[in-house]
Amino acid sequence: MLMRAGFTDEDRVIVHSPESKHPLIGEYEKGARKRAPGLGVPWTRQNFHFIQTSRVFRLVVCSFRRYLLLTEATLCHNMSTCILRAPVSKGFSLQFATTFAKKTSCYGVQRLGSTAAPQPQVCIVGGGPAGFYTAQHLLRSHKGVQVDVFEKLPVPFGLVRFGVAPDHPEVKNVINTFTQTARQDRCGFYGNVTVGSDVTVEELKQAYHAVILSYGAEGSRSLGIPGEELSGVHSAKDFVGWYNGVPGNKDLKPDLSAETAVILGQGNVALDVARILLSPLELLKKTDITAGSLEAIADSRVRRVLIVGRRGPLQVACTIKELREMINLPGTQPALDPRDFQGLREAVQDVPRPRKRLTELLMKAALEKAAGKEAEREWSLRFLRSPTHILPSPDRSRAAGIRLAVTRLEGSGEHARAVLTGEVEEVECGLIVSSIGYQSLPIDPAVPFDLRQAIIPNRMGRVQQAPGLYCSGWVKRGPAGVIATTMNDSFDTARSVLEDMESGQLDTSTPRAGACALHTLLKQRGVTPVSFAGWEKIDAVETARGREVGKPREKLVDVRDMLKVASL
Amino acid sequence: MTAAVTQRCLLLSQSLLLRSRSMISKQTPLRTLRGQRHTACGFSRAFSSSTGTLRSEDKVTVHFINRDGEKITTEGKIGDSLLDVVVNKNLDIDGFGACEGTLACSTCHLIFDENIFKQLDPITDEEMDMLDLAYGLTETSRLGCQICLSKSMNDMTVSVPEGVADVRQAADMGLTPS
Repeated sequence: MLMRAGFTDEDRVIVHSPESKHPLIGEYEKGARKRAPGLGVPWTRQNFHFIQTSRVFRLVVCSFRRYLLLTEATLCHNMSTCILRAPVSKGFSLQFATTFAKKTSCYGVQRLGSTAAPQPQVCIVGGGPAGFYTAQHLLRSHKGVQVDVFEKLPVPFGLVRFGVAPDHPEVKNVINTFTQTARQDRCGFYGNVTVGSDVTVEELKQAYHAVILSYGAEGSRSLGIPGEELSGVHSAKDFVGWYNGVPGNKDLKPDLSAETAVILGQGNVALDVARILLSPLELLKKTDITAGSLEAIADSRVRRVLIVGRRGPLQVACTIKELREMINLPGTQPALDPRDFQGLREAVQDVPRPRKRLTELLMKAALEKAAGKEAEREWSLRFLRSPTHILPSPDRSRAAGIRLAVTRLEGSGEHARAVLTGEVEEVECGLIVSSIGYQSLPIDPAVPFDLRQAIIPNRMGRVQQAPGLYCSGWVKRGPAGVIATTMNDSFDTARSVLEDMESGQLDTSTPRAGACALHTLLKQRGVTPVSFAGWEKIDAVETARGREVGKPREKLVDVRDMLKVASL
Repeated sequence: MTAAVTQRCLLLSQSLLLRSRSMISKQTPLRTLRGQRHTACGFSRAFSSSTGTLRSEDKVTVHFINRDGEKITTEGKIGDSLLDVVVNKNLDIDGFGACEGTLACSTCHLIFDENIFKQLDPITDEEMDMLDLAYGLTETSRLGCQICLSKSMNDMTVSVPEGVADVRQAADMGLTPS
């Protein structure tokens, strides 16, 4: 039996009760007879059976044709009564025990390999690119480590699902590599668990050898100007969350009834927002944009989008692929002012190629007259403008305009600074989207947090003054960069963790319970984790619904719907 | 190859692509999913994969110098892209080809020898847009997903540059973790 489950004579097993961190049942070793306290069942090799179903080992102790299934939540004697009532076939019924095990959740067993090989337990907080890339690197580099990813939402993948624009499906291909990682035996996924409230970081530190914080940036930088709270003003994070199906943003109801929309910030996220506002409906409806936002955009009267930045064309933060996309957007035309580009041709001769090509593309778009019929929709980049006030409508119920101070540049190149000139101008608009950056938030008092920089203070991913705590991704470096940047960063943090395991800085000699320790706790708190298999059910429903309407998927936007599907 | 065979192969690969595109939503193993790459070498690969065992004339030897200096020598089919080679041979290059050959990242960035670089197919605007964001860019850099193996590349050496970070970060971020 032991052989069948892949164990050898050399294996040692420690069985935990999730209620306590210490082994409850005792240890089994080859040939040894040990008493199992509380069971009164002598433990011999013949009595021991292991079943491996998906990623968890179920332990069934069989003695005198009585089967006891040890699960995490129930005490042994309850279980034994339960099983005794079930039909018991002659010899050991592996099939029965397997079925039974699948119906209950059993986390009571931690398998140890040979006594020499450690099985460090690592917990990752956050199931986005940072979390998964960190997990991937750890699992590849260490053959014994068990990695558990905790995620606040029932669905994984973070900004790959909720940030990448619907019309950029190729960027989402990384989900395939994350899926491979999550499906590994030594990787666990626990969705619908909010670290900081459902379980504390202190509790995670008890259960795991290392805790890696990769929870990204769920807030956004505020403008800090009067009128920011008026209806009609949104952060880009919320607007993007709205069209990408973030459950918390589904009721955003942005006002798309005015002709002009103003976007503050000139990065790639700003261009994403502009593009979604102006894209032809025929293109949008084939993407995974949410049904609710598609409906609102279909009724949108937005025809003109101003993308405003404090500095000049040479400091624009967006990149060339996204700009090219904007310039070629069907049904729209750029309305760039050639005067903004005077003298720039000479200025870019010596700058690095990426900046040079980007500026040349901008100049070309500014100077070329649009061929053929003028397009119905228009977008422009407004440089050297800094917002000072958001102006209310006469009844003060919503935003109706924005006052922009004119700036000039001091210095040049990437580090030029915008300085106010004293001039102002006003623009009438019905929608203002502030795209000036995401921002991380502190989630637990046990984790040091630098409020000024809005990151977790760390060195090479090791959280300062907090042994056993690490961080990766945006919460470590700040909310900038693309998936590939985060990938590299996550690999760096994983390397720090591995180094510390190797050097003994991280003591992995005493086994820790890992997820076993938390299962009862979460249940007591009324939290039902969603496993990766649960996400795959949600995934199947979303793709099936998408197929019906010609979209890659129709996202579920309500957490209750997600939980319902996951538990089917 | 006659024109008729060429046409049939094109149709075959197109229908395979269409059918397999609709399968992406199902839980297909990563390999199949990866097969939907839009590399510059799509046609020849579809053709070669429909034949049986390949003759040695259809293969070239490629050496990869990994980030840690380790040399990995492998074989690739003529017509396959360098991304195909890394994936098919499961080479241990961390984080290579994140976007699976769709020109949406720069993680397949490779550095070529001068003499090989000169004979490569000219770079498109789309490739250059992404290459420009690659970390450690050199004069002989290209994206591996766009470079198709040819006979003349036999025994060539390519290097994986240090770090695959994309440089698309906010210009005025100024945040430095302590």
